[in-house]
Amino acid sequence: MIKFFLMVNKQGQTRLSRYYEHVEITKRTMLEAEVIKTCLSRSKDQCSFIEYKDFKLVYRQYAALFVVVGINQTENEMAVYELIHNFVEVLDKYFSRVSELDVSFSVSEIHL
Amino acid sequence: MPAPIRLRELIRTIRTARTQAEEREMIQKECAAIRSSFREEDNTYRCRNVAKLLYMHMLGYPAHFGQLECLKLIASQKFTDKRIGYLGAMLLLDERQDVHLLMTNCIKNDLNHSTQYVQGLALCTLGCMGSSEMCRDLAGEVEKLLKTSNSYLRKKAALCAVHVIRKVPELMEMFLPATKNLLNEKNHGVLHTSVVLLTEMCERSPDMLAHFRKVRTLSSSQLVPQLVRILKNLIMSGYSPEHDVSGISDPFLQVRILRLLRILGRNDDDSSEAMNDILAQVATNTETSKNVGNAILYETVLTIMDIKSESGLRVLAINILGRFLLNNDKNIRYVALTSLLKTVQTDHNAVQRHRSTIVDCLKDLDVSIKRRAMELSFALVNGNNVRGMMKELLYFLDSCEPEFKADCASGIFLAAEKYAPSKRWHIDTIMRVLTTAGSYVRDDAVPNLIQLITNSVEMHAYTVQRLYKAILGDYSQQPLVQVASWCIGEYGDLLVSGQCEEEEPIQVTEDEVLDILESVLISNMSASVTRGYALTAIMKLSTRFTCTVNRIKKVVSIYGSSIDVELQQRAVEYNALFKKYDHMRPALLERMPVMEKVTSNGPAEIVQTNGETEPAVLETKPPPPGLQPAIQANDLLDLLGGSDITPVIPTALTSKPACAGGELLDLLGDLNLTGSPVPVPAAQIAQPPFLLDGLQSQPLFNDIATGIPSITAYNKNGLKIDFTFERSNTNPSVTVITIQASNSTELDMTDFVFQAAVPKTFQLQLLSPSSSVIPAFNSGTITQVIKVLNPQKQQLRMRIKLTYNHKGSAMQDLAEVNNFPPQSWQ
Repeated sequence: MIKFFLMVNKQGQTRLSRYYEHVEITKRTMLEAEVIKTCLSRSKDQCSFIEYKDFKLVYRQYAALFVVVGINQTENEMAVYELIHNFVEVLDKYFSRVSELDVSFSVSEIHL
Repeated sequence: MPAPIRLRELIRTIRTARTQAEEREMIQKECAAIRSSFREEDNTYRCRNVAKLLYMHMLGYPAHFGQLECLKLIASQKFTDKRIGYLGAMLLLDERQDVHLLMTNCIKNDLNHSTQYVQGLALCTLGCMGSSEMCRDLAGEVEKLLKTSNSYLRKKAALCAVHVIRKVPELMEMFLPATKNLLNEKNHGVLHTSVVLLTEMCERSPDMLAHFRKVRTLSSSQLVPQLVRILKNLIMSGYSPEHDVSGISDPFLQVRILRLLRILGRNDDDSSEAMNDILAQVATNTETSKNVGNAILYETVLTIMDIKSESGLRVLAINILGRFLLNNDKNIRYVALTSLLKTVQTDHNAVQRHRSTIVDCLKDLDVSIKRRAMELSFALVNGNNVRGMMKELLYFLDSCEPEFKADCASGIFLAAEKYAPSKRWHIDTIMRVLTTAGSYVRDDAVPNLIQLITNSVEMHAYTVQRLYKAILGDYSQQPLVQVASWCIGEYGDLLVSGQCEEEEPIQVTEDEVLDILESVLISNMSASVTRGYALTAIMKLSTRFTCTVNRIKKVVSIYGSSIDVELQQRAVEYNALFKKYDHMRPALLERMPVMEKVTSNGPAEIVQTNGETEPAVLETKPPPPGLQPAIQANDLLDLLGGSDITPVIPTALTSKPACAGGELLDLLGDLNLTGSPVPVPAAQIAQPPFLLDGLQSQPLFNDIATGIPSITAYNKNGLKIDFTFERSNTNPSVTVITIQASNSTELDMTDFVFQAAVPKTFQLQLLSPSSSVIPAFNSGTITQVIKVLNPQKQQLRMRIKLTYNHKGSAMQDLAEVNNFPPQSWQ
């Protein structure tokens, strides 16, 4: 089950966040900061799946933006990896060559 | 009041902020503006304000004052308002706030709205954050929408149903009839969501699962064939642009169907059979050049492993995993290692083939891969490959990150214990772990290790020498120091005397040993527990060492006033031992007997050889109750003419000896001796192992050769001793003799002790008698069991000696028994 879906840039600013389970707002910022720190410290040829506390993170980097999805144990990691890519391709089609700015400015549209 | 700024302006403004403080200021200003605007009940710009509020919420600022506004937006008629309102509801509200209940009516109306988009919005919101009450109220509506022909609505309704089921499981049956037709859709979206719905139902309730396995719907056949058909169409169909992802059509749907098949096929033979073909087809036809193909293959492998597939299919799956392992992509390797870990229990041999690749993965740079490889390596260790694997694992322990070290160390200990090819190798391995990762070793490793060392009797000198060398240089790793000080305390005499077969003996003087123990005591790095170990070790050495006793006394008395309460207590007690109880000191501080593991089956009456039966230590042993028979057995030796008869010491009754050793036993009682309460007297001849097996329980042999006549071995002065024989068909050189002693006089015979001796070619063992009193008038008997090993099948001869008290005087008699029936020894 997917727990959350984040798009965070390299400086740690969250561009999009969607939580599918209740997480308190203070904890959210902490969670996001930790997650981005973990992802930033990985090099390019390392595995895209990280085990973090009791769930897994699947992340993918597109230019300066990280898309991170938190999943629990029953999910197929590779399928989620593909899902991330599919999502980015959809955004690309919608905004015609999407960039980080598009994501920042059209948050509500992306949500829906 | 000027019009509030648009969202884009806000975002742009915030982006210009250069510090966190500036950003906060801007946001607060904007929040104030929004709040005053809300108070004015301004309808036109409400939507814009809420949008801004949502953005600020995403950045992490509190936005709860906007909740009511969201509700107002939902209630409005404009679509844009509704849109933002529902989004806000999804993001800001959840069932913890009471406000959400007010939404129920709005959602109900919107579910019946004429525009499908509005209906869709309502379904989304309900599916996202509906509470159980809301779900209960609105489930009927959702179910109705599940049956419409509008595919846009159908898929949203299916997802909403999933959420409803999660919140209120009792409503599952309500959705059951609607699911029948769901799989007949062409639209992939609907198919996908309905598969999700079915998966959720099957996972939640085993009844549903059974139902789905067997149900026959109206027009089509069972569920599993239906799914198989859909999957086949997906694979076989050509290029379809709207579903294509890198050449494979709708991989997401394929993965979902595979997962549902896995759930249906688990533990069910019929379903599994139906799936075998399609799984094989998917496994062979999918392209592996792209990640997408690999994702599908991964899911297929998981499914094959979970259902009751045939062996050919399983081999195929493991081969796929093996191919994954060799792939360069890290993700794929990680995934392969994870699934191999799951399958290693069931298909051990198949996984062994890939052992070398897995061991290579230990050297990978990536943390996740290393962890998986480590776990998998531990699962793969077995008797054949333990040496090689252990070398790799020790190397890994040297170089891995600290968070792995504790797990790795415990894993190595477990594996070494199970598969150690020799004691020396075992001890070497443990020493290596202690020196490399000493501080990460778990606390319970220390007592386990100590027990292991005591058990390997012949390795004591070697072990203590190596441990001494290890802590000479560096005594900061606590578990290592604890084990080392314990061993030095126990076997210090071996260390000083320089005997060691396995390695070059080093010359160590007693002073050097005491030096190192004292430095451990003094050092700041030692934990309190370690200091306790060191102090006790120094104390034990007072009996082992000869010329440094005064120094030991001094050290111990210093610590009598130490700040640490534990140390102080120990030192004071040891001091008392020096001063007042010096006669007990040697006995108290003698070698520990071999400790039994607590999990062994029952307390053995004989602890396997005490090992430390060196004659030098013999006089300091507590005089055991069996010592008198030992002395008397020597008399027997003389009597039997000195052609080295093996003397047999009967096992001691567990009665308390009334001598200084008695206090000793009390004191020893609360030391952690798991095992027999009485230390067995010296000179227990090593018996052939099978004789020791039947120690506790009296039913000796199941297959008893019957028909051996019993004899009366002795009959004098009213005391009669009968021998009955048993021989085993499986082991013909063992004869079991049960003696029965009865008393026909009118007074009891007390303190009855029976001893026996046999010629050299035999071996004999006496078990404990049932009691030591023979009641008068034949009203009861003493029973005792003797086992005789007669490998050369010589004639059985026995000399017996009886001692007892009768009519107030001690009686003693010797006799020879020659009338053994031939069947008892041939």
